[in-house]
Amino acid sequence: MEEILKTLMPGLILIVEALVLLLVALLHVAYTTYAERKVIGHMQQRLGPNRVGPRGLLQPIADVLKLLTKEDLVPAGADKSLFYLAPFISLVAGATSLAVIPVWEKFVLANVNVGLLVVLALSSLSSYGIILSGWASNSRYAFLGGLRASAQVISYEVAMALSLVGVMVMAGSMNLSEIVKAQTASPFKIYAIPQILGFFVFMVAAIAETNRTPFDLPEAETELVAGYFVEYSGIRFGLFYLAEYFGMVVMSAVAVTCFLGGWKGPFEVPGVPFFWFLLKLYALLFFYIWVRATLPRYRYDQLMGLGWKVLIPVSLLNIVVTGFLKVLV
Amino acid sequence: MEKVLFGYLALAILLSALFAVYAGNVIRSVLWLLVLFLHQAVLFLTLQAEFLAAVQIIVYAGAVLVLFLFVVYLINLREEVRLPRFLNSYPLAFLAAFGLLVAASIPLWKYQPTLRIGTLTPELILKEGHTQILGLHLFRDYLLAFEIAGVLLLVAVLGAVVLVRRIREGEL
Repeated sequence: MEEILKTLMPGLILIVEALVLLLVALLHVAYTTYAERKVIGHMQQRLGPNRVGPRGLLQPIADVLKLLTKEDLVPAGADKSLFYLAPFISLVAGATSLAVIPVWEKFVLANVNVGLLVVLALSSLSSYGIILSGWASNSRYAFLGGLRASAQVISYEVAMALSLVGVMVMAGSMNLSEIVKAQTASPFKIYAIPQILGFFVFMVAAIAETNRTPFDLPEAETELVAGYFVEYSGIRFGLFYLAEYFGMVVMSAVAVTCFLGGWKGPFEVPGVPFFWFLLKLYALLFFYIWVRATLPRYRYDQLMGLGWKVLIPVSLLNIVVTGFLKVLV
Repeated sequence: MEKVLFGYLALAILLSALFAVYAGNVIRSVLWLLVLFLHQAVLFLTLQAEFLAAVQIIVYAGAVLVLFLFVVYLINLREEVRLPRFLNSYPLAFLAAFGLLVAASIPLWKYQPTLRIGTLTPELILKEGHTQILGLHLFRDYLLAFEIAGVLLLVAVLGAVVLVRRIREGEL
């Protein structure tokens, strides 16, 4: 009995850790929606949700309950199996990236050598959910949303991957924990200063990858109703929302690890080793929300022009400059 | 355990390739191809080639297949296209295919594992990391070949652009 327990123990610990991480991430996602409504409300001189619970704090839970009890509709003529599958692809691909992100020196689920590539791979897979849902819905609006999403994701993925190359070159590794350690050893402590170009490109590309305003063309309410998920209802609709916010959290976490020094801070906070990680994460999430409240949506050709004619050349330049610095210094 | 995993992967790759060929709907066929690529990535992982696995997913699943889907969307094939499965000369084709199969299996018959070539041992690869070794070889030892391959691809891209370009009147 003890033998079996001993061999199973590492696996069990891993599963428990994964569940804890998923639960915490889900809570973060739920309360990001609350924070978004609250912050945007105040930015627009409104109060935001304030009826359910003290200061509206129970609003996300009420929303989930509402979505769970709603009817799950499938439009006639839809490709049923793909229609059911699509939201799960989005969600799973988004959530899996969390496994390689080091929240703290001693807490990373999978310490993979090519962690950064895993994040990129999964973020490119999550676009399948959007593309397939657009096709499977058998609706013009959803289809247009899916088309826009595929073009947008392909273009901005290139810029995002290239913007991270500078970080890889500077750290000499693709392991996210190693990148954080290399950052603290570097003169500026964070890569956001020497890699300012890369950081800028990454943030813009990350907003485009998660389909947030000002790049929310795949779901542009005013032209496409809601784009790719217009035919979804009930909890499947909720899953798409969940996937979008998961994407936000994951992209912010990657930015924190690659550009802002991860779990390291100016001083140690006793008892809460991941304090700085969370603080930086919240700051970036606030930035996302802030951008949404401030900027209008781009036109489609402007979006493509920005991606191909500005971001990709800038990140290529960044790679060249970083390479030279690496050789010379 | 390893053999079971390899068996599963080989079977899944073969089956998904067959499904991709026989799927009536183009979108489904692309999706079977996605399943195939994912299994291929896992196959690379079992060989400790993490870098290759990640690149496989990023390039093939993330870019090439999304482009395929994009193209399929633009030409909008909703109905299943039904064509006769076989041409009239199919017995000859079967014969040719069988001959090729025999020809391909002859070297298998006297197969023996090759001796190790070069200096890279599995232990060394694990120690230095795939990415680094690959990068050093590509950009230092085989730089010229790499650049030539890049130029060739560029030529292909330019050729495609020229072929699909609309020629305005009076331009020729």
